[in-house]
Amino acid sequence: MTTPSEANRPTVSHFASTAFLVGAVLISVLPLLLVALNTFKPHADIVSNPLSLPTSFNFQNFARAWNGGHFATGIVNSLLLSGSTVILTLTCASLAAFALARRHIRFWQLITIYFLCATTVPIQLFLFPLYFVYAKLGLIGNVFGTALILSAINLPISIFLLRAYVLSIPRDIDDAAFMDGANPLQTFWHVILPLMRPGLITVAIIVFLNSWNEFLITSTFQKGREHLTMTLGYLSMNGTYATDQGAMMAGAFILIAPIIVFFLVMQRFFIAGMTAGAVKG
Amino acid sequence: MIPQRAYHYAFVSPALLLSIGIVLVPALLTFAVAFMDWDGASLPSFVGLSNFAAVFQDGVFWGALFDNVQWTVIFLTIPMTIALVTASILMSRKKSGAVYQIIFLLPYVLSPVANAVIWQNIIFDPVSGLLGYISHNFFPIQDPLTDTRTALYAVAGVDIWHFWGYLTVVFFAAMRQTPEDQLEAAFLEGANGWQVFWNITLPNILPTVALMFVLVTIFSFLTFDYVYLITQGGPARSTEMLSTFAYSFAFTSFEVGKAATVALVMSFFGLIASVVYVWISRSGFDA
Repeated sequence: MTTPSEANRPTVSHFASTAFLVGAVLISVLPLLLVALNTFKPHADIVSNPLSLPTSFNFQNFARAWNGGHFATGIVNSLLLSGSTVILTLTCASLAAFALARRHIRFWQLITIYFLCATTVPIQLFLFPLYFVYAKLGLIGNVFGTALILSAINLPISIFLLRAYVLSIPRDIDDAAFMDGANPLQTFWHVILPLMRPGLITVAIIVFLNSWNEFLITSTFQKGREHLTMTLGYLSMNGTYATDQGAMMAGAFILIAPIIVFFLVMQRFFIAGMTAGAVKG
Repeated sequence: MIPQRAYHYAFVSPALLLSIGIVLVPALLTFAVAFMDWDGASLPSFVGLSNFAAVFQDGVFWGALFDNVQWTVIFLTIPMTIALVTASILMSRKKSGAVYQIIFLLPYVLSPVANAVIWQNIIFDPVSGLLGYISHNFFPIQDPLTDTRTALYAVAGVDIWHFWGYLTVVFFAAMRQTPEDQLEAAFLEGANGWQVFWNITLPNILPTVALMFVLVTIFSFLTFDYVYLITQGGPARSTEMLSTFAYSFAFTSFEVGKAATVALVMSFFGLIASVVYVWISRSGFDA
């Protein structure tokens, strides 16, 4: 719906609100633009004016950032960590969402309330004993050990998002599959899972970004140079490369450019999942 | 034949076991450890309430708690207001609104590490940052991160920059659920933008605003990433939060008992808000 007054004649309030939006856009992208602007500049040019356009395109910054940020190690660890977190979370959450939505089990209410409480549980409430148990088990630095933790953190929200998709699938479909002799696992695999594909994509994207960006757990459990993720490798440059801002900006570019592209391609799913749980009717 | 119910128990158990093993059992251990003296490696010994006594007598604890309270007040007002205003403006531009919300979300989808390091180096830094450039060429600005009076607000500014887009997108989505006939009626009666917001849009999205209020309160008492990345609680502990305070107990001085104690205190504030959150969300149970 377009309101007649807003659409046809520009008013003072319309002008003011446009100015507000433009300001908001500028503030949102300014630090990111500065990264793009300074990525190709040598340190001296950045120090003399961070707002100036690059006069030459020097790719040396990228080479130094790639080595200094240990990105070759980081990208492998980040992909392993986020990839295994997504697979584990999707498997556990989709199965649990099906069981909780269909309510064939006793205590489904209790389990639902447990996961609801787990959505907002502070990481610090379980971090410290968990760390020292992991240390005893020799799991510090193990990406799959860390993926277990990130999965546990992402499970509750994933279960609730997927449960909504299962609830939108009529029970008659389960019953029809049952009549045809399918057991619940076959029903889940052949009937439910294909029908909740948009939900699975949404959850996969959100969990992937969450675990790619996660800091507290990752920095605590992925200690040691060979265990660094991309974000941790870049963080290790901070301070030591203070006099090589060209490399710092190139490192930031390496870190954020793929995520921005990924987000722009997937934003529809991301926004759908983000708002699904938060908008209350 | 295996009964149908058995399958469903098997379906829910991987998620339940994972969550119990990683979250519930260690959380219960935290309760126990808060009453013990433990360095994380040797055997813990029971010390009663002495961790609580030591923490409550520590001035840094109260400073951290006060910083968390300030953080909560800041986040419940500034990003909430900006997001409500922005979402209302986007309501009158529903076509371009889709583009605006993507731009506003960019900082939200980037990692705290990237955001914090970018701000430190290219905005705040007195040598290489934008503030340094302005300071050298136009008028003097002190690096806000090195001043105990401003550091907390500078860090909060970066976190707000990263977070407000999330609130905007959520509010915008909620506002689009407003019944069209109510909006049309208001415009026919000549209501201005503020009247429409106050009398129609806001009442309609009130449950969402309430939910965000609770979530922001929870996150404010747990906030860690930006503070730890940008100031590590400094300068002179002026940005110390309960989370960074607990973290340094556990991993710098290896007083895990005290770390657990502080974790319990911050969880307590989160818990109060969580009870409200579960209460607000309970309507979803029967959906």
